[in-house]
Amino acid sequence: MNIIVVGLSHKTATVEIREKVAFSPNQIEKPLRELVSLDEIVEGVIVSTCNRVEIYATTRDIAGGIARIKRFMAEYHHIPFGILESHLYSYHSETAIRHVFRVASSLDSMVVGEPQILGQIKTSYGYAAEYKSSGIILNRFLHKAFSVAKRVRTETKIASSAVSVAFAAVELAKKILGNLSDKTVMLIGAGEMCELAAKHFLNSGVRGVMVTNRTFERAERLAEEFDGEAVRFEELFQHLHRADIVLSSTGAPHVIIGPKDVEDVIKRRRFKPMFFIDIAVPRDIDPKVDDLENAYLFTVDNLQEIVQANLAQRNLEAEKAEEIISQEIGQFFKWLSSLEVTPTIVALRNHFDEIRKAELEKTLANWKDLPNDGEKRLEALTMAMMNKLLHTPTTVLKKAGQGGRVDLYVDGLRQLFELEAAPEETEELELEA
Amino acid sequence: MSQIFFYCTLVLYGCATALYLGYLLHTTQGMATWASRLVTTGFVTHSLSTIHRFNSAGYLPITNMHESLSFFSLVIVGTFLLFVRKYKIAILGSFTIPLALLMIIASSSFPSAIHELNPALKSGWLWVHTTMAFVSYATFTIAFGAAVIYLIQQHFLKKKKFGALFQKLPSLDTLDDINYRCLTIGFPLLTVAIISGAIWAEKAWGTYWSWDPKETWSLITWFIYAALLHGRMTTGWRGKRAALLSVAGFLIMLFTFIGVNLWLPGLHSYK
Repeated sequence: MNIIVVGLSHKTATVEIREKVAFSPNQIEKPLRELVSLDEIVEGVIVSTCNRVEIYATTRDIAGGIARIKRFMAEYHHIPFGILESHLYSYHSETAIRHVFRVASSLDSMVVGEPQILGQIKTSYGYAAEYKSSGIILNRFLHKAFSVAKRVRTETKIASSAVSVAFAAVELAKKILGNLSDKTVMLIGAGEMCELAAKHFLNSGVRGVMVTNRTFERAERLAEEFDGEAVRFEELFQHLHRADIVLSSTGAPHVIIGPKDVEDVIKRRRFKPMFFIDIAVPRDIDPKVDDLENAYLFTVDNLQEIVQANLAQRNLEAEKAEEIISQEIGQFFKWLSSLEVTPTIVALRNHFDEIRKAELEKTLANWKDLPNDGEKRLEALTMAMMNKLLHTPTTVLKKAGQGGRVDLYVDGLRQLFELEAAPEETEELELEA
Repeated sequence: MSQIFFYCTLVLYGCATALYLGYLLHTTQGMATWASRLVTTGFVTHSLSTIHRFNSAGYLPITNMHESLSFFSLVIVGTFLLFVRKYKIAILGSFTIPLALLMIIASSSFPSAIHELNPALKSGWLWVHTTMAFVSYATFTIAFGAAVIYLIQQHFLKKKKFGALFQKLPSLDTLDDINYRCLTIGFPLLTVAIISGAIWAEKAWGTYWSWDPKETWSLITWFIYAALLHGRMTTGWRGKRAALLSVAGFLIMLFTFIGVNLWLPGLHSYK
């Protein structure tokens, strides 16, 4: 049995193509069922995120299976095959295993190390397990992918640093203010980045958010969204001392917060430190504020620098991650190969035994003067012959199963003796939370 | 026996210092883990060495430069281990364990022979007066370490330099918290040490205060930390100002402890 992967990602397809082939999680049952009902496909898992659509499957026939899945994707989404095919990549056996391990470990992500992808694959696998489209091999395979991803996460620093500006702002605030759970954010003005940063701060557990805007209604609306408090713009300085974190992005032509203002505010706060982020162009907060003790002012450029440095760091860590994956591939491949041995041996034995029984029956039927114990003896003789004949191939096969290069033997045997695939033992693996 | 443990400690602190300094430059967590193990082992051998000396000499081994420097080193490491347990900041070791190493190296350069105890020191007050002083000195040393880290980290933040070291150093808030904690422990202890010293002086020398250099400098140290504590409690001094005062306090304390003994002869000179 072979593992194959067919799919496309942000690296091979534009968003226009990606959204056309995306599988909606609400209706994932239908394509999963259709997928595993295909002749060439035994098990299947569909992973569909905004950056990638991939199908993991097992098949006896690598080329046929890959071609069939490609056709399936085009037909299912009613896209001309020629157009879709140019965006699709496919992997099989070892390269397929490496690919999925890399994807789960977030090495193939648009932002290397981003944490969402693992959760998305887990959810996709959850559907496949629910609708029984994944079986013994894909179950084991994906659980292995999850554990590899976990190993990468704990043994490298690939995901330990912030790589978005908003998240970098949170990390930076923590470096100054420590625990954020008793801190308050003041949002001045509106702007996508500010709101995003405010959301990140809320997720990091800040105590509350104050929002101010020249248009008070706007402030109220945002405050409601953040479950915070709206402050009139004219009253900014009456409330500023309550804020530990100030995010500012107004369209004001001049600075709205000067060093003198901050000095007063900080005195009023008994010198508790304040963290300012100025996103506005032209600036809202006078750069001299940064010269004050216990006031820390950062601009988007500063945050961008952190992000760049972290990205460089991640790429270094990614190399360590690739090493971990290489180790794990070997292990998993060994298991996959050994899986084939037992059913093949059983099938071979059954095949021999059937011939033996058929021939024995024929002989006995025509043998008139057979002695009393003749049938028993013939039975023993044929059994012994069969066992002797099978002994060497069985041992060699078992040994090869431990070594990892067993697929050649298994394939050869199956073709030479036209063996049917032995029924797969079903193994239910519990889905990780 | 005491000497064997003493030199074991010296080696262990030396290796731990190397690792802690290496940890500043490299991002391997393993270094910090091993440094911490070495320092803990060193603390055990150091304690054994001190206990052994206590048993054979029959008095608390803090009566000459060799003994008191070694004892100071021991208390610094002990206090450090407690703080690391609480705050989980391995990098504090990079700034305090080298000091402990310097103390024990300095200690080893003084003659280590056990002498008959100076009759003036045969008193239960020796225990109270000196251990209080040593523990307060040790907490001020930790405060110094935290203050230095604070100043470095603040420098990074103001200059917008976000390198690997910046990532490794703890938050300003934590460092300030350590500083404050040290102050609230060390200052009362120093106060007790000075008062108990005065009472003992009255008993031994007949006067509470004789403006001996050690007494004068202790008082200066006490005033610095008193000012810092006062500033913190009334006007909310913190951050850079508190860190700078901690550094100043530490330097003066160090002079009180070592400089006075070596260069300013007086009632407290027990060499």
